[in-house]
Amino acid sequence: MVLADSRFDGISSWWNYMTVRVPEDVRQRTLEHAALVLQSVLIATLIAVVLGIVAHRWALTKAPLLGMASVFLTIPSLALFTLFIPIVGLGTPPSRIALVMYALLPIMRNTVAGLDGVDPAIAESAKGVGLSQFQVLRRVELPLAWPVISTGIRISLLLTTGIAAIATLVGGGGLGEFIKDGLSAYPLGFSVEQVWTGTVLTMVLALIFDAAFGLLRHFTTPRGIRN
Amino acid sequence: MPSDIEDPIISLRGLTKRYRGTASPAVDDLWLDVARGEVTVLVGPSGCGKSTTLRLINRMIEPTSGTIIFDGADVTKVNPDELRRNIGYVIQKVGLFPHHTIGDNVATVPRLLGWKKPKIAARVDELLDLVGLDPSIYRDRYPKELSGGQAQRVGVARALGADPPVMLMDEPFGAIDPITRERLQNEFLRLQAELHKTIVFVTHDIDEAIKMGDRIAILRERSEVAQYDTPERILSFPVDDFVSDFLGSGSTLKGLNFERVRDVELAVYPKVRGDASVAEARRVLDDADEKWLLILDGRGRPLRWVHRRDLRAASDGDDLTAMGNRVRANIEPQATLRDALEEMIQSNHSSLVVVDGSGSYLGCLDIEVVTSAIHRMQATARKHYADLTADVPPVDAALLTESSDPTGTPDPTEAPDPTGTPDPTESAGAAPS
Repeated sequence: MVLADSRFDGISSWWNYMTVRVPEDVRQRTLEHAALVLQSVLIATLIAVVLGIVAHRWALTKAPLLGMASVFLTIPSLALFTLFIPIVGLGTPPSRIALVMYALLPIMRNTVAGLDGVDPAIAESAKGVGLSQFQVLRRVELPLAWPVISTGIRISLLLTTGIAAIATLVGGGGLGEFIKDGLSAYPLGFSVEQVWTGTVLTMVLALIFDAAFGLLRHFTTPRGIRN
Repeated sequence: MPSDIEDPIISLRGLTKRYRGTASPAVDDLWLDVARGEVTVLVGPSGCGKSTTLRLINRMIEPTSGTIIFDGADVTKVNPDELRRNIGYVIQKVGLFPHHTIGDNVATVPRLLGWKKPKIAARVDELLDLVGLDPSIYRDRYPKELSGGQAQRVGVARALGADPPVMLMDEPFGAIDPITRERLQNEFLRLQAELHKTIVFVTHDIDEAIKMGDRIAILRERSEVAQYDTPERILSFPVDDFVSDFLGSGSTLKGLNFERVRDVELAVYPKVRGDASVAEARRVLDDADEKWLLILDGRGRPLRWVHRRDLRAASDGDDLTAMGNRVRANIEPQATLRDALEEMIQSNHSSLVVVDGSGSYLGCLDIEVVTSAIHRMQATARKHYADLTADVPPVDAALLTESSDPTGTPDPTEAPDPTGTPDPTESAGAAPS
């Protein structure tokens, strides 16, 4: 480039690094990262929805359950990832446990809010025509609360995609590897580019999850309650 | 509390609901029988426990003590979900499932009962037709596309899903505008005349209770039955101040809704055809010894009222149809006495000409007949309660045997059955407390 602007040097050098030097690493670490996030959010969804139902049905359990999930979110992420190493060892297991704990609160809180938001008249008439308590939950309350619950899942997806970058510190792999390698190599060549790679790809992954989940949510919301 | 309802479909025996942490029970030792195939209305002021009572019947609320007998069997301990599939339930807020189509909403109970698909589809269309919604238009729509009145029609169709013998309705038309409500009430009565369901209907509106109920239970606090009887008898004879206060002013007039013109004796006035001569008209009037003569047209339809004075002033060749006053106030035999009274007041006449569907003269209804009907109804109801309990003062026998109208001549054929024995099939209700 004749009129090379120094401001663009960084970006072109990063692009060069990412595409030419390490395309294999990029693919593998992105997939690792995505798998870790999706598995954790899936597990968190199962736990949080069940706990959310409990909190909705038995009012006394609501404050302790939501409080517990809130506390999880306040534990410094660096500490939370290392907390379970003595029990489950290094690698993805401690990372997954940490991410599940982070993902609980948004999903649980939205499950409670979604169920609380179902018009009591609808639940009453469902019970009144002979649906059992479980049928009311499965056929009426959960489908109606789904738009709110799925918003919680979406928030958890975004949240854990960012936090999952820390997994690398406990041997969990993922896009955090680039950031860790870059930081430890600084100021050697390509160290900044490495940090950039990890950061940008994490953000891109989060945006892809968000868009994909938005679509999924649209098609899983019953037509009668779609806006 | 004794009850004269034979073979009740629902029997509440000593039903009590006590909520934890409340001083007095919401429903206290309620004994109530519900007659098969009738509309029983629970009516009372807010907070009297009428909705709680309704929800105890299908065990939406579990009773603290007492027994619910449904069709001869004790259902206090059976699986409540299965019980509810045999009892339709309609609430004020309707509660349609917004994520299901209208067809799927109506299909709810048949699906729970595991019906085959073609049978369900046929039933859904039948029910939508029944409540006046075209299945081809509404079956695949969603509840959010319905007006309040339409939503409640679907609510009723859903409750009728598997053709339950009993329907519980908790202020079903309470949230609907007055015009639509009136239409829904009329449709409901038409439907009920076809289906003969046992319906327990809760309302706080005494007029709705009178209109819809075959039998009305007026409840006071803690669901205590103040009076349980037919609307006619409650209106004619409120057992205590609570009931008469609740009925409000005008309850006597409301009672006139239950008596029709065809059921009372019509007065006979002298009449001639319009083409008769004045001389003939004079002779007819003289023979009858009356003041007013009715002029009919060739097909027997009333034209004019002519007074003795008019005839005296007329010359022989005069046209009868040009004399006197035009007949303005007509009424048909199926009209209620309430309608008749309304017509009299509006037309400023104390007598109405009763005509059949084609307009032919049948007789006349005098205001004295209406007032004596009121007194007769009151006396009959009073006698009924006097027979039931000794607490009520004995009946004034004069009321039963003669018209109380001091100006009118008592007509013996017009007097009520002097024995005053109510028809046993009509007698209803618990003894007044």
